[in-house]
Amino acid sequence: MPWVSYLPSLAQGAFVTAWITLAAIAIGAVLAFVAGIARVEGGRAVSTLALCYTELFRGTSLLVQLFWFYYALPLIGISFEPVATGILVLALHVGAYGSEIVRGALASVSVQQHEAARALNFGRLHTLIHITLPQAIIEMLPAFGNLAIETLKLSSLVSLISIADLTFRAQSIRNLTLDSAGVYTLTLLGYFAMSLVLMLVMRLIERLARRGAAFPRAAHS
Amino acid sequence: MMYGFTWDTATPLTYAWSILPIILIGLTVTLKAAAAGFAIALVLGLVFAMLRRSRFRSVSWTTACVVEFLRDTPLLVQLFFLYYVLPEYGLTLPAFLTGALALGLQYSAYTSEVYRGGIEAVPRGQWEAATALNLTRMQTYRDIVVPQIVPRILPAMGNYMVAMIKETPVLSVITVLDMMALANMIGERTFEYLVPLTMVGLIFLILTLICSAGLHRLQKVLPKAGIPLR
Repeated sequence: MPWVSYLPSLAQGAFVTAWITLAAIAIGAVLAFVAGIARVEGGRAVSTLALCYTELFRGTSLLVQLFWFYYALPLIGISFEPVATGILVLALHVGAYGSEIVRGALASVSVQQHEAARALNFGRLHTLIHITLPQAIIEMLPAFGNLAIETLKLSSLVSLISIADLTFRAQSIRNLTLDSAGVYTLTLLGYFAMSLVLMLVMRLIERLARRGAAFPRAAHS
Repeated sequence: MMYGFTWDTATPLTYAWSILPIILIGLTVTLKAAAAGFAIALVLGLVFAMLRRSRFRSVSWTTACVVEFLRDTPLLVQLFFLYYVLPEYGLTLPAFLTGALALGLQYSAYTSEVYRGGIEAVPRGQWEAATALNLTRMQTYRDIVVPQIVPRILPAMGNYMVAMIKETPVLSVITVLDMMALANMIGERTFEYLVPLTMVGLIFLILTLICSAGLHRLQKVLPKAGIPLR
């Protein structure tokens, strides 16, 4: 059973993958909300800025972005640790996709809700926090679930900027043992397992959010 | 690959101008890979969607698992798998074909879901009517289902095509000489990555903006009710 000997190293890689993915999801979510809300609520300048960010990071390839931040930016004097670069670029990339989800969900809240809030003399921030966001978040969750899995898959690209994630470990083991079939099968299964866990967690969050249905109570309190 | 090309690194602009021909050669490879990959994804996705609807539980269940597996694992690892494992079983493909196959496999998982959604959106009554008219399964698909789902699935398919174009740089890791690989090579020789990588990014941006605009137009032009195939 040669492949048993790969497991410790692959597990270490999987840990790095999990940590980079979770960090990118967390930072990406913040970026997504900031940019998404800016697109809907911001003035002309702010929403244009958010649009530029979204288009720039959705319109170019993640690998190009990673290499750009890793190889090109240091030439003009800005450089980070590889792991920081990986997390930052991944977060910027998925944040751009996420901002479209946030924007879409916020835009789908019905006009009557806005009118009711205005009739009750709610301010814009108050309306956003207590009326539109609680409704929109429930709409966003399924799409965010898909995006989370997409983040996990895309995180494999950070192996190309020398971060020792699961894919990187698989490559090194293959280069040592030349047992491609065994190593890559295990790696694919590892990613599949992590995706399934991520999917289950997102389902759980979705169910909790729906049951809690923040919106009717939060609006009254 | 790059014999006979010279570059002028005097200023960023002259540098960009002098490497533009090489990058554009890479662009054709990128587009070819995306086209080949997308053709595979369209066909394979349809096969998966049909198998998924099979009357036999074992077939539909196995297909569902395969599709889920393809969709939940990274393209990069699938690419390495195909590139290193296929030759061990005597199937040695050129890097370009391996890359197109990997792109096609990954995206077939997405396209099969699009097909499935399209097929399921055809009202039940139409299937029953087809049975009542004694049409074969093949005829039902060809004359009833496909003409109706084509306009419905085109926007989603278009989006996946754009997404696929943006994923082709990954093929550079298995020695496909696309834009990304050439930009890196130029960077390695001149120690100046900023200009080539920025150019690649800009070309992708222009490409996706054009594609999105095209898709938008297509959606307006397409008849909503369906298109006759014959």
